Amino acid sequence: MNDLRDLFFQECDDLVESLTSGLGDLESGAHDAETINAMFRAVHSIKGGAGAFGLDRLIAFAHAFENVLDDIRSDKLQVNETNLPLLFTAGDHLSDLVEAARGECEIENDMGASILSDLKLLSQSVGGGALMDDAPEPEFEPLALDMGFDLPDLGTPQAAASGYAITFAASAELYATGHDPALLFRALGALGEVHASADVDAVPELGDSDWRTPVLRWTLTLTPDDGIDEAALREVFEFVDGLCTLEITAPSAPPDLPDLLPLADPPDTPAPAAADAPVKPSPPPSDPPAAARPSKSDSARTATIRVDLQRVDRLINLVGELVISEAMLRQSMSELPHSASSKTVEEAMGQLKQLSGVIQESVMAIRAQPVRSLFQRMSRTVRETAREAGKQARLVTLGDATEVDKTVTERLVEPLTHMIRNAVDHGLETPEARRAAGKDERGTVTLEAAHRSGRVVITLRDDGAGIDRRKVRQVAEQKGLVRPEDDLTEADIDNLLFRPGFSTASEVSNLSGRGVGMDVVRSEIQALGGRVTLQSMPGQGTQVTISLPLTLAVLEGMVVSVAGESLVVPTLALRETLQPGQARIDAFCDDDRVLTLGHELIPIVDLGLALGYRATPADLDSLSLLLIEGDSGRRTALAVDAIVDQREVVIKGLEQNYRPIPGIAAATILGDGKIALIVDTDQMISRPGDGPSPAALLPDPTRIAHHA
Amino acid sequence: MPKPDVQEPNAAAQEIVSFAIGDQAFCFDIAHVLEIRGWTRTTSLPHAPDYVVGMMNLRGTVLPVLDLSQRLGLGRTDPGPRHVIIIARVDDRIVGFLVDAVSDIIMVREADLLPTPDVSSARTQAYIRGVYTIEDRLVRALDVHQVLPQEDTAVA
Repeated sequence: MNDLRDLFFQECDDLVESLTSGLGDLESGAHDAETINAMFRAVHSIKGGAGAFGLDRLIAFAHAFENVLDDIRSDKLQVNETNLPLLFTAGDHLSDLVEAARGECEIENDMGASILSDLKLLSQSVGGGALMDDAPEPEFEPLALDMGFDLPDLGTPQAAASGYAITFAASAELYATGHDPALLFRALGALGEVHASADVDAVPELGDSDWRTPVLRWTLTLTPDDGIDEAALREVFEFVDGLCTLEITAPSAPPDLPDLLPLADPPDTPAPAAADAPVKPSPPPSDPPAAARPSKSDSARTATIRVDLQRVDRLINLVGELVISEAMLRQSMSELPHSASSKTVEEAMGQLKQLSGVIQESVMAIRAQPVRSLFQRMSRTVRETAREAGKQARLVTLGDATEVDKTVTERLVEPLTHMIRNAVDHGLETPEARRAAGKDERGTVTLEAAHRSGRVVITLRDDGAGIDRRKVRQVAEQKGLVRPEDDLTEADIDNLLFRPGFSTASEVSNLSGRGVGMDVVRSEIQALGGRVTLQSMPGQGTQVTISLPLTLAVLEGMVVSVAGESLVVPTLALRETLQPGQARIDAFCDDDRVLTLGHELIPIVDLGLALGYRATPADLDSLSLLLIEGDSGRRTALAVDAIVDQREVVIKGLEQNYRPIPGIAAATILGDGKIALIVDTDQMISRPGDGPSPAALLPDPTRIAHHA
Repeated sequence: MPKPDVQEPNAAAQEIVSFAIGDQAFCFDIAHVLEIRGWTRTTSLPHAPDYVVGMMNLRGTVLPVLDLSQRLGLGRTDPGPRHVIIIARVDDRIVGFLVDAVSDIIMVREADLLPTPDVSSARTQAYIRGVYTIEDRLVRALDVHQVLPQEDTAVA
């Protein structure tokens, strides 16, 4: 039962999504009859499933919603600007109810009561819904579980008026196994009005024939009762399947469905009888109407299967290991004496490498998901925030077919929600202010996703007032984040927004200030291997750009050696490499040393020291330097013994079996099977705690306090 | 439930794997053991407690190897080809225990577990659940949960 329930809720996710996308089409005016039908089916299916699980509140609400949609469908009600917001609200509430029923969140009992009554009013205003109010109709169809088509709509006329013609001839076995045509005909009689006539033409003269061979044929006409379809009719003959010659001719099809008939093969047509007794599968007049009206999206869905995410992850892990084994094999091959590796072996190795690469890519693609559903969730956030903040806003999404790893989309929900709230609450001006500035009263928030050079870039733009840098600076000074004499560029000031404990809203609003600041947004994006940057044009708006890796499983890195250990520095942060002796290095107090590059003084971090691989500083003139840059734009030079190689590495988490290590992001396995640790560059940059900003990303009391 | 004194000899029986660290014998429930491997090179970890030898690669799984001798205050092991790593699953984690040698698999009864003597240090109290006497030898039952690196308490 629980499995079914889970399946129902998974189904609900899809249904809510298709409802939401339908609402979006309604809003943008890009809708047709099928849009409304799809929405109606979605709500109806949710109601049907809810009925099966006794989720009364969900049923009641879906029912009222469905009535309104039915009115729209039957053109009794026109969608306009006054009732569209209600439809959106109802869609949101339906999704809330589904979540509540799933047990993921509690929901206030009185919430939705007003929405419900508004919906009822709306359907009453056009003369009541097609369906009875308050009394869920008795004939709920059970929720179709992944059958690839939706539920039959209610109220579709079921059977045609005129009768079926049936010809029936029994074989000897039929009698031998104890069946009796008379009983079959009587059973037919229970389905409707039956007229039977026996065809005696084939009866030979007495004495001429083998008495064991039955010769009678019957012709019957059946005028079925309501609700009786051909499947029910064939059921009567189920037990004599193969023992008789049976032909069922349906009455002429209803005029409105003729071209769809070939699609509607009865699902349980009896297998053709004996070889010499063909059964003509005649087109049934009244098979489930849903099957007779498949929509494009439905047929697309039949080609997908649901797979437990764990299975996919297991596969991904295994493929990761395959790639590592391949690299190990390649390495040991290269260590063999040259003569030992023949040309065929080399060719095979090349193929293996290519294959494992392709397999890895394909497996990763399984996890990839369009960002559409993520973006759709955001449209709700925009609506709600705008309503609460007394602003007018709309969300425009671009590139929502862009595919991203599922984990990434899931973990983007929180930070993106927060950023959207910020954009609407802080970014957009009030309608009055916008009018005064000569802008459209309704602000636009644009959410765009695109693939760019192996990464996913998500851009959030608003056409609001932009960042008030003077105010940001003022607040930062008040909070002691910067000193009044600090010389900050515009970008520096913008980046102050990402500092822990910063909030620009002069009055604390309960919208954006929900316990997370932009600093948390940034650390969440960073945890996904991403970067956040912020640009602002005063008076024209703000743009936040998130750049994310396509997958969390591989990373492009520079393999370096430090004190005999191999380490990987992600190339994402890497700006420049300097060979030993190339750089101008100046010493300061203790072991502090600084790299002079042009006019810039860049602190040097000796990786061996920082990670405790050696106790005394090495001679920097013999070390290579990797210039890395953090999201704040701050740079640090990492000193390493040697740069070995640049390659893609498979990320292996350390937390699962051990615990997080300061300065280390994860581990990977190199071609020789050795483990190399992946350096957390951001922690390296903040570690020295120099400059005017003591914003250490390492255990930071302000941040912990902020979380709490 | 049968009364304790009439219960089957096997009722509370469990299999333990016993191993040697120095001249002492230790053991824990064999249900934890995934496999036993010879010593392989590990990658040392920065900022790690002294008993964490490093990370090893077990067919693609990255797991920490703990020097049980160092953990129990018996001195650092200088690992070599003769040492053995017991790969064990403890709670949800997979770890390797570096020991001198694996001795035996023995059937014991929980009832035969003698309490840890009072005379012991805090470390003994924390890591040793009790003692079995097997063929006149003391086999110390290790609390595998406790010997793992504990969260938050950054043991130096």
